[in-house]
Amino acid sequence: MKLVIAIVQPYKLEDVKQELYAANVNLITVFEVVGHGRQVGVDEYYRGVKETGNLLRKVQIEIAVNEDFVEPTIKAIIKGARTGKIGDGKIFVLDLPRCIRIRTGEEGSKAIG
Amino acid sequence: MGTTPAPQLNNGDIAWVLASSALVLAMTAPGLALFYGGMVRRKNVNSMLMQCFMCLAIVSVLWVVIGYSLAFGPGHGWLGQWVGGFDWFMLHNVSMYTPDHWTPDPKWDPTTSYGGTVPNQVYMIFQCMFAVITPALVIGSFAERVKFSAWVGFTVLWLLFVYCPVAHMVWSHDGIENHWGVLDFAGGTVVHMNAGIAGLATALYLGKRLGTNKPGMHNVPFVMIGASLLWFGWFGFNAGSAISAGPLATSAFVVTNTATAAAAISWAACEWIFSGKPTLVGACSGAVAGLVAITPASGFVDVGGSLWIGFLVSVFCYCMVAFVKPKLGYDDTLDAFGVHYTGGLWGALATGLFAVKAVNANGSGVFDGNAGQFLTQAKGCAVTTIYTFIVTLIICFIIDKTIGMRASAEDEVMGLDLTQHHERAYTILD
Repeated sequence: MKLVIAIVQPYKLEDVKQELYAANVNLITVFEVVGHGRQVGVDEYYRGVKETGNLLRKVQIEIAVNEDFVEPTIKAIIKGARTGKIGDGKIFVLDLPRCIRIRTGEEGSKAIG
Repeated sequence: MGTTPAPQLNNGDIAWVLASSALVLAMTAPGLALFYGGMVRRKNVNSMLMQCFMCLAIVSVLWVVIGYSLAFGPGHGWLGQWVGGFDWFMLHNVSMYTPDHWTPDPKWDPTTSYGGTVPNQVYMIFQCMFAVITPALVIGSFAERVKFSAWVGFTVLWLLFVYCPVAHMVWSHDGIENHWGVLDFAGGTVVHMNAGIAGLATALYLGKRLGTNKPGMHNVPFVMIGASLLWFGWFGFNAGSAISAGPLATSAFVVTNTATAAAAISWAACEWIFSGKPTLVGACSGAVAGLVAITPASGFVDVGGSLWIGFLVSVFCYCMVAFVKPKLGYDDTLDAFGVHYTGGLWGALATGLFAVKAVNANGSGVFDGNAGQFLTQAKGCAVTTIYTFIVTLIICFIIDKTIGMRASAEDEVMGLDLTQHHERAYTILD
């Protein structure tokens, strides 16, 4: 089992979701986050005073998947989120030791889907 | 009115029209600004509020310098039936003492005066607020994708070349539609149809927003506060248009409230029937549609007419927004066309149906035995629609070729608040 974490541009969330559904990945959790990578923040002004390096709004997606679904999930996220410009985001894949469905008490691969 | 003796200035009327002017100001900012601001995505809310607020500032200046003269000043020659001249440039000859010219002598010339019991300058500032809200209404159609610089240029040109001539045609003493006998008490044609059709022209010219075709609705409580302030301010808009604090203002106040209430009910009912549940945004949209529709009729219809106008307008506007727009596919972001044009058109035509002499001696409609009025109203609507649509497209073209109308794709994606104003509406942390 893996936990796929992706940070993408907020306006790409809808495209990413559609690609994930097309790849039959239907369970996701979405967070609103702020931060920046190489695409440093934008300038803002408050009554003429410039403030730089502000954090940008991003969306973080977390998906727990079984091994067979890791590659399709990654491909779907890339397909939905890529524009080719700085700021498209990153994907992290982590090992997931346990997963429990609260309603039934099921554990492991069965509990993920 | 030509046969009545010169009326004296009436301080009660002056007080009511000045207070009404302030009420109409509140319709644009904060009323319309919040109504629209709540409907856009979070990244564009400042741009929406900024455009409404700056509309108030820019048009206020233009209006006293030249706008009032072009719209309401005496016209000259053949052109005079379409647009006023420069006689009232910088409010020259626009008296604060008399309904007519700049002299302390009470003069009353019904061919060049508006509202015999208030000074011309009172009428000027009242009409200023109408000129402010009309280009602000258009913003709803091209929201979330226009550069601020382009918007400034567009608004200046649109006020001078569309709003002023259209107001002149309908309301000035020498206006062409006025001579035909088109009834428009408070601006159904001049303000709402005009802004709505201009909105459609801009939406068609610009094309769709990137990646979405529905309102973002980032703050529904804003929408409700905005709609309520519009309802509140609209009493100034309609009852103030009597230009007197008398029975006509009273009647206009009552039918305005009635039609608005009826329209809020029927929009919510449409949603309940067609999409399962009534929504707050729907009820608010219905109230605004009702206000729009009763506007041209408010000084001519009785309470029965206002109920028909109110209950039916939401059905028409709902169909336009829920069924026709998705079919045709244009991106009228916040439905300025769907609500203001449709509602304004219905209101203008309905005035020709429901106007009764018992309310206002100046107008009677089909059901009051004046069968021709409906056609007159239709003719007025057609002229305004065609004129505004064509000239708005020309203005879009001119702005696009000089300043560039649309924000770049990167800016649109990042949001207009940060890219056009370097300022965001909400903090993220803290």
